[in-house]
Amino acid sequence: MLKLRDGIVELYRKVATSLPPDVREAMGSGLARETEGSIAFSTMSLQIENMKLARETVRPVCQDTGVPTFWVKVPVGLSHIEMKKTIIEATRLATEKVPLRPNAVDVITERNSGDNTGAGFPIIYIEETRESSLTIDLMLKGAGCENGGQIYKLPVEELNAQRDLDGVRKCVIDTVQKLQGRGCSPYILGVGIGAAKDQVTRLAKEQLLRRLNDVNKIEELAALEARILNEINELGIGPMGLGGKTTALGVKIGANHRHPASYFVDVSVSCWATRRGRLIW
Amino acid sequence: MAEKESGNNKKVINLPLTDENALSLKAGDIVLLNGTIVTGRDRVHKYLAEQGPRKEDIPFDLKGAVLYHCGPVMKKTEEGYKAVAAGPTTSMRVEMYEPAVIREYGIRGIIGKGGMGAGTLEALKETGSVYFQTVGGAAAYLADRIKRTLNVWKLDDFGPTEAMWLFEIEDFPAIVTMDSHGNNIHSEIESASFQKFMELIK
Repeated sequence: MLKLRDGIVELYRKVATSLPPDVREAMGSGLARETEGSIAFSTMSLQIENMKLARETVRPVCQDTGVPTFWVKVPVGLSHIEMKKTIIEATRLATEKVPLRPNAVDVITERNSGDNTGAGFPIIYIEETRESSLTIDLMLKGAGCENGGQIYKLPVEELNAQRDLDGVRKCVIDTVQKLQGRGCSPYILGVGIGAAKDQVTRLAKEQLLRRLNDVNKIEELAALEARILNEINELGIGPMGLGGKTTALGVKIGANHRHPASYFVDVSVSCWATRRGRLIW
Repeated sequence: MAEKESGNNKKVINLPLTDENALSLKAGDIVLLNGTIVTGRDRVHKYLAEQGPRKEDIPFDLKGAVLYHCGPVMKKTEEGYKAVAAGPTTSMRVEMYEPAVIREYGIRGIIGKGGMGAGTLEALKETGSVYFQTVGGAAAYLADRIKRTLNVWKLDDFGPTEAMWLFEIEDFPAIVTMDSHGNNIHSEIESASFQKFMELIK
C-alpha cells in the first residue's frame, strides 16, 4: 500500500493548499454582491487573494489545517485495518511534507503528538462498496468553525421552534446568529436531522462534502436549503462578521427517519476556507 | 445593516504602539502595522494568567507590545524558523485570561478575529489599548507580511503552535474593531443582526 500512502499524502497537499472549484466560484459571486470600498469588500478580496496565493505557492490556505476527517469507501475484500494503517502513515508523512500544523493534543499530558495522529485522530469513517474502485474523501476542518457547531433537541421554546422543518430553519439561523463572524464567515452550513445525537452530528458534517451547486434530491429540503441561505444572508453579519451581504455560501441538509419522541438537529459550520477533496484509486 | 465604509486611507502604524497612537485609533480605522509583535494563544494565556511568570523570565519585553492571537505553521530552515501560514485564531477563547494579561504585562494591542468580551473591552479602556481584527483564513498572505522571526519563548514546553513567537511584520493589514474609548464594532453588528434574527424566527 506504499503507492496508496503517497497518493493520500498528495490528497492532503491538494486539500490543504487549494480550495475546491465550487467554493472558489461562490467566493467570487459573494464578492460581486458586496459594495466596493466597504469593509466586506476588502475582507473578501483579501480572502480571495490568499486563496490564489496559497494555491500558487502550495502553502496551507489556513494555518489551522484542522482535524483531518476521512470518509472511505472500500471495495469488497480490501482490509479495513490495513486501510486505516495506511491513512495514519500518510498523515504522519503529510504533516512533515505539506506541512500541516500538528493539532493532536493528549488531554491527559497536554502534549502535542507532533504528527496529527493520536486517539481518534485523524477521524476515519470506513464503509464497504460494491464498486471496484476505492474512494477517499478528505476534509480538513479548522477548529474556529468546528467550535461554532450546535446540536438542538426540538422543540426549543426560546426559538419558537417546533418539531417540523420550520423548527429546523430556526435552529440553523440561531447557530449563525450566535457565532457571528468568529468562525470565519462566509460559512457553509451542514445540517443533519434524525433520531439520535451521534447520528445527526455525523450526518450534518457529511453534508459539507456536497458541492455547493448540488441540489437536494428531496424537493422540500432543496426549498428549505435555498430559503435558509437567503435568510442567513439577510442577517447582515457579513465576511468575518464586520457587516455585509455575504454571511453564508451554502446550506446543505440531510434527513434520516426520527423516533416519535426525538427530533435532533445538528448544525455543522464550515468556514469560507472549506477544504475537501477526493481520491479515487 | 449597511456595511461600514472602509475608505481608502489606510493608517500606517509603527509598533510597539505609542500612547498617542493607541489612544487616537478609533473603531473602523483601517491600518497597516509595521514593527514587532508577539504571538500567544490558549496555552500562553493560561500560563501568564495562572502562573504569573516574572517579566524578567520572559526573553522579550511585553510592555507596550501587540499580542497576536495566532498559532502559526512554522518551518525550520537553515536561517532559522520561518512562518509558512499565520492567520488569526478566534480571540474569544482567551477572554477569561485576557483582561489580567493586558493589565499585568502592559499589552497595548491585540490582533485576532471575532472580537472579545466585556472584560477585555473594559481593560482596553482602562489601559488605553486597542483590538485589531485581521482576516481569518488568510494564512499565506499574512505569513508573507512576517519578515523575520526574532525570538521564541516556551517552544520546548508548548510546541511551535502554542509558543510565544516574536515576529517582525511589514504592512500587516488590520481593522480596529474595539478601541480604547469603549467602541466595539462586533457588538454593534451583533445587535443589528439580532433585530433581523427576531423577525426571522417570529
